[in-house]
Amino acid sequence: MSDIKVRAKLEGNETVVKCLMNHPMETGLRKDSKTNELVPAHFIQEVVCKWKDQVVLTAAWSGGVSKNPYLSFKFIGGAVGDPVEVSWKDNKGESQTETSQIA
Amino acid sequence: MIDAKRRILLKGSLAAGSVGVAVAAGLLTPRLVLADWNAAAFESKDVSAALKGLLGSDAMETNDAVVVKAPDIAENGAVVPVTVETTLSDISYIAIIASGNATPLVASFALGAAAMPFVSTRIKMGKTADVVAVVKQGDKLFSNAKNVKVTIGGCGG
Repeated sequence: MSDIKVRAKLEGNETVVKCLMNHPMETGLRKDSKTNELVPAHFIQEVVCKWKDQVVLTAAWSGGVSKNPYLSFKFIGGAVGDPVEVSWKDNKGESQTETSQIA
Repeated sequence: MIDAKRRILLKGSLAAGSVGVAVAAGLLTPRLVLADWNAAAFESKDVSAALKGLLGSDAMETNDAVVVKAPDIAENGAVVPVTVETTLSDISYIAIIASGNATPLVASFALGAAAMPFVSTRIKMGKTADVVAVVKQGDKLFSNAKNVKVTIGGCGG
């Protein structure tokens, strides 16, 4: 169901990373239109982005981030072929990891 | 055409509903598992409490070197693209706040040594409000804001 798409591209000396995650990002406040019951909260709380073994970015999110979150960030020092790893954890304890090479 | 408008209206009200009801967030969100997720900050209902919880202070200075890119008008409050960038150096944190949301703190980013002070994502907004970006340099906070008009149910009006 869920998966992460990661694209990392070297532009000059900056590596630009763009990721898309599949996740419902339910705030816990939305009502199901049919049953009129609250849809339980289910959102990504933490995203860790690594370049080789170095943590470049740690994001902490609330349910206020849009469904199927998009995240883009930049860092300095990457080289073509270096691995970039993006992983998330949500409030139900589920997690996912994806690795991509800098192009 | 009428039907198309109706779709937009439905979508719009759904989006507004989901964020608008966020008042109850603190009560309804399951108390959580992840130790390092800052529940107090993310569930607080006003900006200064959220910032104190997250960054230790809410004393921030407006600085034009902090650039918030977001649309002037967002037709769908459920997906508002926001980019925060700054020319300031040694930034350790970037936080994104939708000041009109019931739980205003949307996202925070801890930057590692190699990261540039740039993040881009998409957020939900309950109503027309300022999107505030706060960056932390040393122990100082700098911020800037961009007003985003959320049109609910209107055809781009």
